[in-house]
Amino acid sequence: MDFLRPRTWDEALAGKAERPDATPIQGGTDVMVEINLDRGRPAALLDLTAVPGLDGWSREGDVVRLGAGLTYARLIAELGNVLPGLAQAARTVGSPQIRNRGTVAGNLGAASPAGDSHPPLLASGATVEAASTRGTRLIPIGEFYTGVKRNALRPDELIRAVRVPVAGGPQYFSKIGTRNAMVIAVCSFAVALHPAERRAGTGIGSAAPTPRRAPEAEALLAEGLDWAGRSPLDPGLARRFGELVAAAAAPIDDVRGRAAYRRHALAVMARRTLTWAWADHIGDDTSESSGRGAA
Amino acid sequence: MRVSLTVNGRPAAADDVWEGESLLYVLRERLGLPGAKNACEQGECGSCTVFLDGAPVCACLVAAGQAQGREVVTVEGLASRAGEVQRAFVEAGAVQCGFCTPGLVVQAQSLIESTRGVPADADIREALAGNLCRCTGYEKIIDAVRLAAARAYGGGAGSGQAEPAA
Repeated sequence: MDFLRPRTWDEALAGKAERPDATPIQGGTDVMVEINLDRGRPAALLDLTAVPGLDGWSREGDVVRLGAGLTYARLIAELGNVLPGLAQAARTVGSPQIRNRGTVAGNLGAASPAGDSHPPLLASGATVEAASTRGTRLIPIGEFYTGVKRNALRPDELIRAVRVPVAGGPQYFSKIGTRNAMVIAVCSFAVALHPAERRAGTGIGSAAPTPRRAPEAEALLAEGLDWAGRSPLDPGLARRFGELVAAAAAPIDDVRGRAAYRRHALAVMARRTLTWAWADHIGDDTSESSGRGAA
Repeated sequence: MRVSLTVNGRPAAADDVWEGESLLYVLRERLGLPGAKNACEQGECGSCTVFLDGAPVCACLVAAGQAQGREVVTVEGLASRAGEVQRAFVEAGAVQCGFCTPGLVVQAQSLIESTRGVPADADIREALAGNLCRCTGYEKIIDAVRLAAARAYGGGAGSGQAEPAA
């Protein structure tokens, strides 16, 4: 195995172009597990932690650009207000030790259907900045996930950053697991209201070969929510939303849960998160909000 | 490959490091620092927790080469700083087999230093969520953290107890 340690971003891109078989490593929270448990041995590790400038974020208009090395810990501490859905998901990642190392870009590189970042990125309409010596390509998040642990990156490309629109309305993330920490999602869900566009975004995690949206459920909200009048949420609409989210999933039975349970849980999480988000939107803090933030 | 880093305030170097090796392996097997424990090797148990550039991390998930030029503090290096934490663990009955203790001491030290007071029970539980103990049932560990924090920053050993359990 080779260990490549570029000191600049250009060196990193050159290294990846020369060694497309190299596995990029940032926080190591996925990559090192594979090596430690001998599940796979990369031909080379391309360590990005010595490249300056990757670990921060910047705001460009209505978009926050998350550097590939930005840890979950910093995201939680610094971006909870502008990216609430993603920050909520980040708080559920592993443990403090893991959140001190793990990154959103690493979650994207691993492209596990259970990755916690994916549902809020889908609900917000994020864009992945894929860079190579040939230039930079912007990949809409909906086109990024191509299969179980597969993504749209080409062999010579590295994730430079993730561009996430600043929240234009309430956002919620919910996740099912056996305890409130150190849990790989049994299934997860994110909703983001975009009141200015009179629509909502969704993201489903760990209930299909890839993270995915629930387009029919989104269409229901675009049509059915009272965007102009801010009237309370119709319980029938919330229930129907849950059903459409569950129908958009394609879960399997596995060690973490049964397919039927995942569908049921998705419908519940979708209804709850929508209820919380709409209550925030209309400024009603009485509506089924006592359990907010917990699933 | 050769890896040079600062460990517990002193320069250290290891030779013939395998490229896929973890920082934990380097510390334990090459630098003679067995305080951080090797258990799950997948970041689930927290028994290998060390400070890397000031932040507590699982040493098993840091590639050795990533520690090049960085500053690592292990539980051995905390012996003077975290003496209070270690003593509180003993006094509170928070140690049984002791395997998880070094990781818990490092993580607890991090929490106490960042809180600069007695943390609420919910915050202690959250901070220690990634450290598994299979002996104690955690209650005595939480007592120990509260006790150590109270001694370090005052406020009385009981001031964190009003918080309901998470």
